Amino acid sequence: MREQLLDSMDLERERGITIKAQTVRLDYRSRAGEDYILNLIDTPGHVDFSYEVSRSLAACEGALLLTDASQGVQAQTLANAYMAIEAGLEVIPAINKIDLPAADPDRVAEEMVSILGGDPDEVVRLSAKTGEGVEDLLEVLVNSVPPPAGDPNAPLRALVFDSYYDAYRGVVCYIRVVDGSISSGQKIRFMVAGENHEATEIGVLTPRANERKLLGVGEVGYLITGIKEIDRVKVGDTVTEASNRASEPLPGYAEPSPMVFSGMFPTDGDDFEKLREALEKLRLNDASLVFEPETSKALGFGFRCGFLGLLHMEIVRERLEREYDLDLVTTAPSVAYRVTRFDGTVVEVRSPQDLPDPGEREKVEEPYVKAMILTPSEYVGPIMELVTNRRGEVGNMNYLSPERVELDYQIPLGEVVFDFFDQLKSKTRGYASLDYEPAGYRASNLVKVDILLNGQPVDAFSAVVHRDNAQAYGTTMTGRLRKLIPRQLFDVPIQAAIGGKIISRETVKAKRKDVTAKCYGGDISRKKKLLQRQKEGKKRMKMVGSVEVPQEAFVAALRTDDDD
Amino acid sequence: MTTDTETASRMDAFGGLAGAYLHTPFCAAICPYCDFAVVAGKDDLIERYCDAVVAEIGMDRPWRPLDAVYVGGGTPSRVPGHQLNRFLDALSSLHGINEAAEVTLEANPEDWTGEIAASFRAAGFNRVSFGAQSFDSSVLLSLGRRHGPDQIPTSVATARAEGFSSVSIDLIYGSPDESDRSWLATVEAAVAAGPDHVSCYALTVEAGTKLGRQVSLGAPAPDPDIQASRFAIADSILIANGLTRYEVSNWSRPGHECVYNSIVWAQGDYLAYGNGAHGFLDGVRSRNFRHLETYLRAVENRESPTAGEEFLTGWDLELDRIFVGLRRSAGVAVGPGGRVFIGDGDGQRLIEAGVVSVNGDRLKVENPMLTDEVLRVVLGLKVGEHGPDGDTLMGAYA
Repeated sequence: MREQLLDSMDLERERGITIKAQTVRLDYRSRAGEDYILNLIDTPGHVDFSYEVSRSLAACEGALLLTDASQGVQAQTLANAYMAIEAGLEVIPAINKIDLPAADPDRVAEEMVSILGGDPDEVVRLSAKTGEGVEDLLEVLVNSVPPPAGDPNAPLRALVFDSYYDAYRGVVCYIRVVDGSISSGQKIRFMVAGENHEATEIGVLTPRANERKLLGVGEVGYLITGIKEIDRVKVGDTVTEASNRASEPLPGYAEPSPMVFSGMFPTDGDDFEKLREALEKLRLNDASLVFEPETSKALGFGFRCGFLGLLHMEIVRERLEREYDLDLVTTAPSVAYRVTRFDGTVVEVRSPQDLPDPGEREKVEEPYVKAMILTPSEYVGPIMELVTNRRGEVGNMNYLSPERVELDYQIPLGEVVFDFFDQLKSKTRGYASLDYEPAGYRASNLVKVDILLNGQPVDAFSAVVHRDNAQAYGTTMTGRLRKLIPRQLFDVPIQAAIGGKIISRETVKAKRKDVTAKCYGGDISRKKKLLQRQKEGKKRMKMVGSVEVPQEAFVAALRTDDDD
Repeated sequence: MTTDTETASRMDAFGGLAGAYLHTPFCAAICPYCDFAVVAGKDDLIERYCDAVVAEIGMDRPWRPLDAVYVGGGTPSRVPGHQLNRFLDALSSLHGINEAAEVTLEANPEDWTGEIAASFRAAGFNRVSFGAQSFDSSVLLSLGRRHGPDQIPTSVATARAEGFSSVSIDLIYGSPDESDRSWLATVEAAVAAGPDHVSCYALTVEAGTKLGRQVSLGAPAPDPDIQASRFAIADSILIANGLTRYEVSNWSRPGHECVYNSIVWAQGDYLAYGNGAHGFLDGVRSRNFRHLETYLRAVENRESPTAGEEFLTGWDLELDRIFVGLRRSAGVAVGPGGRVFIGDGDGQRLIEAGVVSVNGDRLKVENPMLTDEVLRVVLGLKVGEHGPDGDTLMGAYA
């Protein structure tokens, strides 16, 4: 038995996060002696994966809101709690990890009550590790969560709330039966897709797959139909019986749309096909990952990828490198801009180099988010300063307790994706948490800053920034690159430009001396070895025009710690 | 006036000569920048060591008469003339030493008196190379040298008076205590002393040396840009005074190139005796034990003191030829390796940037200060990857 049953990806275990929702079925005899079947769905908490949460919530009657007894309420706790309340679910607050030395369940209970209302004494306190309080929790669950309300005699309606691709079995759907029942061998129909299939296998998850003949009202389980292409099964679709169709499908979900974009390029140009295959495989289990081929003058052939957020981006990159053994250069994350041309047409621009020239556009709009920051009150000042520097607008301020404050802001997503989270963490010693949701588009005075190496624009370094920040961006980037680019055989000018106008310039002076002073009879083998080693070190260079640029420069130039 | 072609063929012809290197590790004190096989305060071992070197020569197979013998160190001038005489006698009786052979001894100015010079001359040496390093007393002090600037011209004059037919001076540039002005004065003083040959070395920080430790603890390291300027200063003064640069760090009057080193750079064969000594014979680069006691024990037990060998054949041998030869101003004959270099992307870039030139059959480094940039490319060349004669190359070097 694994210690952590539901977070099965290596990455999930390492980071202590949940990326993919998991389900488990549990039989429970209550203290009153009644038998219950509990279907639990473990969801991610991070903002990037909130669509997974919303899907799971739609399949449930109740939500268990778990908070860490030492960390207390986080911004994502709030966001998920509000989502569950909006979905009309019974929300049961509970505090986990009370066995930790730093646990402060009384304080955390106060915080939870200030969000959900109620009595702090009713918040269940438990330790999943020691088992303390777990039974109390199950009692609260069976007493508070309403039983499923479907009609067992109505035509089948089952909600597909998740799916994944299995190399041997094809697409496996996770379903929740709302009305009627589904049996194995039954001819079924996906109502939205309009396709008929056979339920070749159904079963429950304990959490291992456990085959069953029949799933009735309220039951959660899996469905295998033999479909091989994940795209053919839409999460949110309704399964009904082919011969006895339900009249209306269940309400579905809005598909999550990518918010953050970045170019991914293989270090070795020969790995382009390998990268494509790897992305396609990842997309089998991650419908929110989008990608299209992109050609960069600096980085060669790669893909422009769209992600739900920065964590999602980082996870995809890490999985590509680890599970598919790829060495990647990732460009700075950017957002999708909406550009209106003078002829009235609107285009979405996902890559800075695609931004039309000022002469061709009427306006540029950028995505805003409503950001929610939860912080110990002593850090309110530094956070306000940070938010204001990032063009954020101050909204509400709510004290959850005298020590904990919730701050609401409207802020451009482009500012958030750059390095906002890192800055927030460093200004609050890691105590603040952040969650955000889309808040529409707004017109902004945006310009594209190009970085030129030896007179040639390097597309990977282009960025769309607010005009007021353009000079600072240009100065920072040219300064950083001057330090990152090794000296070459000739002077390398590094310039930042808006359109044709140079706004900042640095020069990497030509290398003047690279020679061993002595090479005599006694030194030859040793000098050869020394130069060979130096040569190995030069392998991670990318030719950008005639300039050798270390791979690290692409990442390091866009890093944002304030070391310069 | 000799043409470039004549110079090139003369420099390449050194490859057909026979050389020998003998090492003496003894020094009065170890200079902070030195990473050679040296010992200080062990002069009591000199006699035992000389016995061992003579014994090592005695164990060797007869080869052919030598055209160049080079006794380096350490400080060979700390070893009595009669002991070095035994080295030369042993070489002479086993291999023979040609009448016109160059026989070099490295010497420190502070050891060099008329009497000592005469004893080395009598032992058979006809060329001396002085570790002068600088004519600035504060620089000499920072380099850990024990002589004063005045001792250098005196030593050169003494060597001339005793009949040495070729005299060389070594200089070091770019130490943090040196200025452009003091370096310029040093080179001018060196020229005024009237040597036939001058070597100028950029001060190099080597791991494991006192200087290396100081720099890693934060002491100022030599600045490569400043060193490049100092090189240019030296080059212009020396050329203006009739010395021609024939290797990255070496200048000479016509006909006074160091024969022994020229053999090395033309990939010729040379034998090696003594601790830490390296030889090259029939494509094998071999090296002796560097540690003095280990070397002594091996030879005294009549065992080979060889610590390691690098066997070079085919393509590796060809790249080795280019590797050692490109340090020379005359460059190398293009050959199969050069053709691959010209067809290589990195090679092309160096040619386009003017660092390397191709002229007829000759491949040359035009900017000697960037030689390592070129040599790293050379080491990475693969047989048969480029050029229309790829197949032939594969055939010859597979």
